Amino acid sequence: MTPNLHLWLIPVLPLVGAAINGFFGRKFSRQGVAGVALCFSGAAFLKVLMVAFTFSSLAKPHIEFLAPWIRSGSFQVDFSFYLDQLSLVMLLVVTGVGFLIHIYSVGYMWEEGGFYRFFAYLNLFMFFMLTLVLASNYLLMFIGWEGVGLASYLLIGFWFTKDSAASAGKKAFIVNRIGDFGFLIALFLLIKHFGSLNFDQVFSSISPLSAETGGAGLLTAIGLLLMVGAAGKSAQIPLYVWLPDAMEGPTPVSALIHAATMVTAGVYMVSRSHVIFERAPMALTVVAIVGTLTALFAATIGITQTDIKKVLAYSTVSQLGYMFIACGVGAFSAAVFHLMTHAFFKGLLFLAAGSVIHAVSGEQDMRQMGGLRTKIPWTFWTMTIATFAIAGIPPFAGFFSKDEILWRAYQSSWVYWAIGLFTAFLTSFYMFRLWFMTFFGTYRGTAEDTHGDSSHGPDHGHGHGHGHGGIHESPWVMVGPLVVLAVLSVTGGWIGVPGSLGGDNRFEKFLSPVFHSSIAVSGAESHGVATPPEKETESPEPQASHSKELIFTGISVFAGIFGFLLAWQLYYRDPQLPQKIAASLGGLYEAVVHKYYIDELYATLFVKPLIAGSALILWHGIDQNVIDASLDNSAHGANQVSDSARHMQSGNLRSYAGWVAAGAAAVIVYMIWTGTR
Amino acid sequence: MVPIAYYLILSGILFACGVTGFLIKRNIISIFMSIELMLNGVNLSFVAFAAQWHALSGQIFVFFVMVVAAAEAAVGLAIIIAVYRTRETLNIDQVDLLKL
Repeated sequence: MTPNLHLWLIPVLPLVGAAINGFFGRKFSRQGVAGVALCFSGAAFLKVLMVAFTFSSLAKPHIEFLAPWIRSGSFQVDFSFYLDQLSLVMLLVVTGVGFLIHIYSVGYMWEEGGFYRFFAYLNLFMFFMLTLVLASNYLLMFIGWEGVGLASYLLIGFWFTKDSAASAGKKAFIVNRIGDFGFLIALFLLIKHFGSLNFDQVFSSISPLSAETGGAGLLTAIGLLLMVGAAGKSAQIPLYVWLPDAMEGPTPVSALIHAATMVTAGVYMVSRSHVIFERAPMALTVVAIVGTLTALFAATIGITQTDIKKVLAYSTVSQLGYMFIACGVGAFSAAVFHLMTHAFFKGLLFLAAGSVIHAVSGEQDMRQMGGLRTKIPWTFWTMTIATFAIAGIPPFAGFFSKDEILWRAYQSSWVYWAIGLFTAFLTSFYMFRLWFMTFFGTYRGTAEDTHGDSSHGPDHGHGHGHGHGGIHESPWVMVGPLVVLAVLSVTGGWIGVPGSLGGDNRFEKFLSPVFHSSIAVSGAESHGVATPPEKETESPEPQASHSKELIFTGISVFAGIFGFLLAWQLYYRDPQLPQKIAASLGGLYEAVVHKYYIDELYATLFVKPLIAGSALILWHGIDQNVIDASLDNSAHGANQVSDSARHMQSGNLRSYAGWVAAGAAAVIVYMIWTGTR
Repeated sequence: MVPIAYYLILSGILFACGVTGFLIKRNIISIFMSIELMLNGVNLSFVAFAAQWHALSGQIFVFFVMVVAAAEAAVGLAIIIAVYRTRETLNIDQVDLLKL
């Protein structure tokens, strides 16, 4: 007898908040709107904490059945929730970080129009994200998956009067659609071949299968299609293009949706489907390669960006790449570990960046910042912690998770490791570049002179900073979440200290029932084929492995420090040097600044032909010439026929009588003719 | 006994006269009279057949027709008078208010 946990409360609470604010928020005061939003998201967080405290006594996975949904023969899909270690971690991250960002948003959005709309969308996002995480079948997960896409679209285009924001929202939605297409086909394949979408049924019917070596099979196809979906949602090559543009949304949105939670849905989905992926080595290889390339590619773009949020956006893409490397080498728990620490420090980075933007009255260009260290000390210190965390400097959170991923990547292939290491160096470099450009040197902006009433950045044209004079620290509602996240960014990694550093990697042990149960089965079933990398961790000589791991840890820390030193040299000691280097690189630098012209390439390859084809063939050709024309012509024809028939209706009584007489005569003639025959 | 064909031919002639008059005359009174002529042509064939087949129902039917014709004449003449009062004409071509 399992206790009823009322898991349904977790997603429904934010939904109620969204409904209240969405329907009635217009009439509320700002305090009321903020109160409703915070109450319901906070209540969801409390509920998750309560579940977490009773978690150890539960049978896992705990499945809570709510209502039947689709019943068709043997095929069943229910509204039911699935709670295990993985979803618990996700729940804690989503509600915890989400609640903090809700608090922060109250301060950040206080002077914006559409305050209630913002919080309604934010709560709606929480609802869908929690549905995604808690779903016990792929279809319910897909509902959440689409829902977070919707919320993301609504929030990117929050300032919908701004053309760039509206088109960024559309771009995000359309690019995600491509990924969702892959996801859907994967679901259809699952239904066709396994007759179910429930996690436990699908996985138990897949578990006996052996890994597909030599060439592609069904599981490889499903895995690759799921990866297409994940690439769309989690902004991987080739579908990453929407995420940098998504920075048009308000900064808390970037923090919550486009850094901490929604974009990690792909990682979650791949981890959840690890049973499938483990049996499809080719799909796993693709995942790892995509992750590696994305990590490197986005990091190089991040180096050249000057918009503070764009740097963070590319950094997010790059870090998501890391998570996919981890998934690709089979280290799912490392991926989820990095997902969690990333949620802490990247959420913090975005919130701190928002605080910086707030301080300098809406300016986002780092070239217009500088020397803010003493003016906004809280923001500076929290951002420093986050920067050190993402750069992989011990003992901050990012160090442990990134190191774990690099070590696992090395165990799979040194190529992943080498590129990952180089990316770690790049990450450290661009993050410290951002740090030095923003907080050190002398102030290069104009916010202080114009008192921030009309000096909003050209690409940030909403009403930020009204009534503020000069550079100022953010209010406590914004600083508070920063501090909490900073604490988490420091300590978050300590739950996963690897054995080589004297810890026992409690995080991985916590998750191991999720990720290891099926591997044991697969190892027993598939004798000697494609041993999953996890098995190597239990190597016979842990001491040797530990010392080797320590060396690698040292190397990755050194890469982080090297990035710091390089950024220090280029952006602190000799700020003129970067321009010279950029000039000497010439075309290459130009290409990177323009993001390798990927947007332009996509525009030429896909968008323009699609628009031209739609306009010429679908619009002018089919819509105008076939559909419209057939309607027009039939209407015109009817008009013509009735116009000629209209003349019979002359109103001339005698002509009517004539027709009647002629008709009667015709009838008589006919009757006589038939009668005489 | 006069053969029934004679009656029927006369009836047809009367009816044709009525139709022709109805079609070519423009005066409403004349048209009205043409209608009466057609009715009487039909009545004649009714009674002819009734006499031929010794069936009383034909003759009864004629009474019905005459009653209806009388009623129609009363209503029709009233309408004609009303039309004349408002439009000061009995030319059917000028009474075309309902014409499209």
